[in-house]
Amino acid sequence: MTILLDNKPKLKESLQPKGILRYFSFSLDHKVIGIQYLVCGFLFYLVGGTLASAIRIELTSPISDFMPRDVYNQVLTLHGTIMIFLWIVPVVNGAFGNYLIPFYVGARDMAFPRLNAVAFWLIPPSGLMLIVSYFVDGAAQAGWTAYPPLSITTPQSGQIIWIISVLLLGGSSIFGGINFIATILKLRRPGLNLMQLPMYCWAMLGTSLLVVLSTPVLAGTLILLSFDIIAHTGFFNPVLGGNVVVYQHLFWFYSHPAVYIMVLPAFGLVSEILPIHCRKPLFGYTTMVFSIMGIVVLGLVVWAHHMFTSGTPPWMRLFFTIATAFIAVPTGIKFFNWVATMWGGKISINSAMLFSCGFIINFVFGGITGVALAQVPFDIHVHDTYFVVAHFHYIVYGGSVFVIFSSVYHWFPKVTGKLLSEKLGILHFVLTFIGFNLCFAPQHWLGLNGMPRRVAEYDPQFQFVNQISSAGALLMAISTIPFLVNIFISIKNGKKSGDNPWNALTPEWLTSSPPPVENWEGEPPLVKEPYGYGNPILKENNN
Amino acid sequence: MTSINSSTKTETTRDEIVEDHEDFRIFGLITFLIADGMTFAGFFAAYLTYKAVNPLPDGSIYELELPIPTLNTILLLISSATFHKAGKALLKRKNSNCQRWLLLTAFLGVIFLVCQLFEYFHLPFGLTDNLFASTFYALTGFHGLHVTLGTLMIFIIAWQTRINGGRVSYENMFPLEAVELYWHFVDGIWVILFVILYLL
Repeated sequence: MTILLDNKPKLKESLQPKGILRYFSFSLDHKVIGIQYLVCGFLFYLVGGTLASAIRIELTSPISDFMPRDVYNQVLTLHGTIMIFLWIVPVVNGAFGNYLIPFYVGARDMAFPRLNAVAFWLIPPSGLMLIVSYFVDGAAQAGWTAYPPLSITTPQSGQIIWIISVLLLGGSSIFGGINFIATILKLRRPGLNLMQLPMYCWAMLGTSLLVVLSTPVLAGTLILLSFDIIAHTGFFNPVLGGNVVVYQHLFWFYSHPAVYIMVLPAFGLVSEILPIHCRKPLFGYTTMVFSIMGIVVLGLVVWAHHMFTSGTPPWMRLFFTIATAFIAVPTGIKFFNWVATMWGGKISINSAMLFSCGFIINFVFGGITGVALAQVPFDIHVHDTYFVVAHFHYIVYGGSVFVIFSSVYHWFPKVTGKLLSEKLGILHFVLTFIGFNLCFAPQHWLGLNGMPRRVAEYDPQFQFVNQISSAGALLMAISTIPFLVNIFISIKNGKKSGDNPWNALTPEWLTSSPPPVENWEGEPPLVKEPYGYGNPILKENNN
Repeated sequence: MTSINSSTKTETTRDEIVEDHEDFRIFGLITFLIADGMTFAGFFAAYLTYKAVNPLPDGSIYELELPIPTLNTILLLISSATFHKAGKALLKRKNSNCQRWLLLTAFLGVIFLVCQLFEYFHLPFGLTDNLFASTFYALTGFHGLHVTLGTLMIFIIAWQTRINGGRVSYENMFPLEAVELYWHFVDGIWVILFVILYLL
């Protein structure tokens, strides 16, 4: 809502619920809301992960024996929806955005704290509703894309609950986006200009623009879809003269940018983590900013590359292939900037750094298969096969989720004042990295050889490779254990970290850890060079 | 329960310690209206695509008459002007004038809705008759929902501009400005909708 008077923060503090209780209250503190997003998102990640394990167990054998086919469809739909709308989007945007952005712009809270709290509290009910829909009359079965006519013909109640839930989550996402745009553009500390902001602010600004411009289109589309299901209109129902391709266009107008909504903030977070652990300034700040904005603009005009097999006319194929290939340019610039940031730096090998490096490796691989998929001749060959599944998971798991873990290791001392155990952290990384690649790399081969996705049964010749993939999934599931153990042990008995364990220069580290209610005891510091590592004078001034 | 109690307490105290600052609530509202506009943009895009690629099946009726929507366009445009007048009156601290203009605006909004319903009941097609009929009702219905909400909000701020105990005044213009912006937005959408649905 506003900057609060400096002389009375104690009053506010004394009225807030203390300790763990405040995370269950309608708190307006951006740090509390950030943690609420993170923990809530992680709980849903565990649910989504359990569903993923169920899918991989089913796929160890070519026949559908572990669960009936319609349950398999429900499981994969819930897995996709939960992981996207309840884990990655809320966590990379809501959790880290809420926690960090006010620090980065030198504010005491977000621009609209109450809206912020509302945005968070929309998430748990819609998530629970989605899970509970399984017990109604079967959850939604049409995949996270809910393509009609499949979504119109499958049992209705699950699909309708799915739609309501996604609408609420979209609303939450839009409220969050409005808040971030206002905070970054309007709430900056006087004297701080846009080009001096840490890179995560730029990433969040770009992401929020995408959220505000594209999420409402998804909302409108889902409203039309629910009309088709409930009122038997024919917007997307060919039997009644409707047009399914229109649904795909509108859906992907949101859902392609959604990939950037999931991965742009991750880019921003990596850009914060790398310079600190490499003790070098972020390479090419200005090009980073322009590539983020380039990705935002291009991200809005590439959606039809998901629809090359939906009877798209040749000019459309040509346009969207070229536009998609162009996205590789800004993304490539960012990748080279990260490598150049590390080049010749004093790199500390810790869990945060390892996960960030893991991200870079996985993301390059996912990016390359992405460019390949943008080419029409290749895409038509592998469309709706496991190749797409592999590519997608390299982007969102190998990309975003690796960054989420990296960020948890990096900012845990900020939130709790304790360090996470490095031994368990490295164990977590090794298990995740090996498990992830073991799980998804073979799926490229499966896809190239024609194994279709979203089907519980497959040709027996694929069994061995599927079992390798499932072994990888098992490793990934196990890798959660050292992470959870690490978190619980470190919160209780972790080593004290001090205020600034990484000797970082970004503004969130220039206050105590954990930070006071209004972020700084005195005036917010003016950090003009958040990446001024290796410059002794700057370090002196900033501290 | 304790947590709920204390958070309500926090809210009241929070308002007391709020300092004057640059107001960016209007900025937030504009961002929201852009998002809302994108919902309509999605609907318009769907309608135009249908028009381009989906022929009307034989025997289906999809005909619109111009008089009522033209009247509605005029009503909404006038209501934008009267709302503007209300804002001007409040700037001069003339609360009762402002209230009169607001009530006139809300009245125009109500007439718009009545006309819209009258049109609905006299059209030769229903919601599920054909693709274009469905799109017509979805678009005008979604817009009508916006007008309904807007009219309700205008009634509320008209009530709040009363001299004794009203919350909207020269000192607190924000609610009026916000609803005015929203109302102009809804009018603008109607003009686009009128061109696309009725004239094209």
